Amino acid sequence: MERKIRLIVAKPGLDGHDRGAKVIARGLRDAGFEVIYTGLHQTPDDIVQSVIQEDPDALLLSILSGAHPVLFPEITKKLHENGVDDVLVLGGGIIPEEDVPALKEAGVSEVFGPGTKIQEIADYIRANLKR
Amino acid sequence: MTENTKESLNKKILEETERWINTTVAQSLKKVPERKRNFKTLSNIPVKALYTPVDIGNLDYFDDLGFPGEYPYLRGAQATSYRARFWTMRQFAGLGTAKETNQRFKYLIQNGQTGLSVAFHLPTIYGYESGSPMSAGEIGKEGVAIDTLADMEVVFDGIDLSKISTSMTINAPASILLAMYIAVGEKKGVPMEKLTGTIQNDILKEYQAQKSYIFPPEPSMRLIVDTIEFCTNHVPKWNTISISGYHIREAGSTAVQELAFTLANGFAYVEAGMARGLNVDDFAPRLSFFFNAHNNFFEEIAKYRAARRIWARHMKEIYHAKDPRSWRLRFHTQTAGVSLTAQEPYNNIIRVTLQALAAVLGGTQSLHTNSFDEALALPSEEAVKIALRTQQIIAHESGAADVIDPLGGSYYVEWLTNQMEAEAEKYFEHIKKLGNGSMLQGAYVGIKNNFYQREIANASYQYQKEIETKELVQVSVNEFKIEEELDKKPEILKISEHVAEKQIQNLQKVKSERDNARAQECLQTLREKAKTNENLMPYILDAVKAYCSVGEIVDVFREVFGVYREDSIF
Repeated sequence: MERKIRLIVAKPGLDGHDRGAKVIARGLRDAGFEVIYTGLHQTPDDIVQSVIQEDPDALLLSILSGAHPVLFPEITKKLHENGVDDVLVLGGGIIPEEDVPALKEAGVSEVFGPGTKIQEIADYIRANLKR
Repeated sequence: MTENTKESLNKKILEETERWINTTVAQSLKKVPERKRNFKTLSNIPVKALYTPVDIGNLDYFDDLGFPGEYPYLRGAQATSYRARFWTMRQFAGLGTAKETNQRFKYLIQNGQTGLSVAFHLPTIYGYESGSPMSAGEIGKEGVAIDTLADMEVVFDGIDLSKISTSMTINAPASILLAMYIAVGEKKGVPMEKLTGTIQNDILKEYQAQKSYIFPPEPSMRLIVDTIEFCTNHVPKWNTISISGYHIREAGSTAVQELAFTLANGFAYVEAGMARGLNVDDFAPRLSFFFNAHNNFFEEIAKYRAARRIWARHMKEIYHAKDPRSWRLRFHTQTAGVSLTAQEPYNNIIRVTLQALAAVLGGTQSLHTNSFDEALALPSEEAVKIALRTQQIIAHESGAADVIDPLGGSYYVEWLTNQMEAEAEKYFEHIKKLGNGSMLQGAYVGIKNNFYQREIANASYQYQKEIETKELVQVSVNEFKIEEELDKKPEILKISEHVAEKQIQNLQKVKSERDNARAQECLQTLREKAKTNENLMPYILDAVKAYCSVGEIVDVFREVFGVYREDSIF
């Protein structure tokens, strides 16, 4: 049997809005992925540790508080410092469009906003895995 | 009407309804069938095409409806409702530094807002100083950065606290922010007996839904009961808890779950206060509620009406409250953030209008209308103004506020109100069983075994699936979509990262200028008292007056009470 694509869904920062992250975690699990959900209030270091331990194919980050311009680049930087360069990193939440180019520059491959279908995310992951 | 004539009338209506379905309706359906197979509310309550007196045949006007301002309060909490005074228009605001929030408050007051509502940034909500690594990226983002009393003094600068009521959305550290508000009042010459407002102070729904908990449930409850006891004796006009369904709903629950879990939490607080030895009538009148206003118009109205009747009945019959003010449920409403779309954001103005109208028809005491740009960013000044204007238009132009409970007696709304009450009662039974007869213990058990979290997660997943299959239509999201490039986006508000620098400097300045020996002494006393059963409010008040930060005080409590971690289920 082919190995399932493995994902980590993570909630960095203090923001407790986890409805979206949980719905996506469950939807992607139902779509055939193996999904690990970190839970809330994860520091960038917590998330990098989870990635190193769990070795996922993709990391899905969700922030609704506005902390993304600081926390997303912090996470991608720390992943790189730890030699993790083949994990697809995606972002979601309330992310203003004008912030997206800087996040992509920092290594977040795509950003999905409110109203995105789970299928769209699933298709994107399958088409863009880095390994 | 005698029982006999009522019975024969109902029989006739039933027969006539059947005839109508088999003739008039059947003919019409042959030409155009119904739009879908099953019609239901957002709580999955199936709804028929038509309601008649038969559907509310068992309703007793005096026992089940009554009059506004009287038991069982179904028709309204106040006798005169909006004919005397409109609801309080209270827009939740807080952004950047204390100074920026002070400016936003003054702007809202100039535009006719009648109450303040403070949003705190996440580091304050979780009890971290702005300089803590945990605060990185969050400073001033989702609300105002408050570290010490010095920040609170700036937030309320030039605002008369004897004239305006203030609501503060704060939970785990609520006792600390209340103490700061009391201290600001004192400095302005307004004694605490005269302060009016609300602290959210509802920790149960944090474990269940919003997740801004810090300590385990039991010590958190101790802090809440400390504030209740303190306010009962010293701040008599203060609403000590705003028991909130809002966040339960935003986390994805149905309307029925919102109603049931919120009221069940209310009963848990009542039991906690009574367990402290307080007389129920000494504190229950100061408990207030906070509900969501979501999309299904009539279901929302039925929810508010049912909430009033449930609270009145339980408080009178189960908790034996004797003061009518203990029976009377008062509530704030906020329109549903979760219903806002990033696509064609101007459509959100219409969604908010309908939701706000439901809250008004349901008899809310105060209202926050969301800004149309909130699926994109924190609201801009322009968007906030439109949101406030929405309330003013409903109040002054629509006539909706001129008659009390105008939907009372509607066959459908009364039936739905009964239905929601019955569904909520089933949840109360379950929670009571979890707690071996105690709603308070039931709340603890349900939190620890993920009962609430699972119920909410299941409902939110079902909602998402219905949107994806278009069983639920979201205009401009899954139907009536336009090209992304044509979707005109408004100017949005940006919080500069410089706010963080500035706030960290402010905090350092306060700490270098305060009497540090005094501050440390206050923290040490608090540490010792936290280990006893003594009420902590007086010691918290001393600490905030000595300019101890929220972070420092919460650190003391973390040390004594420990921290809570949840199992993350999805």
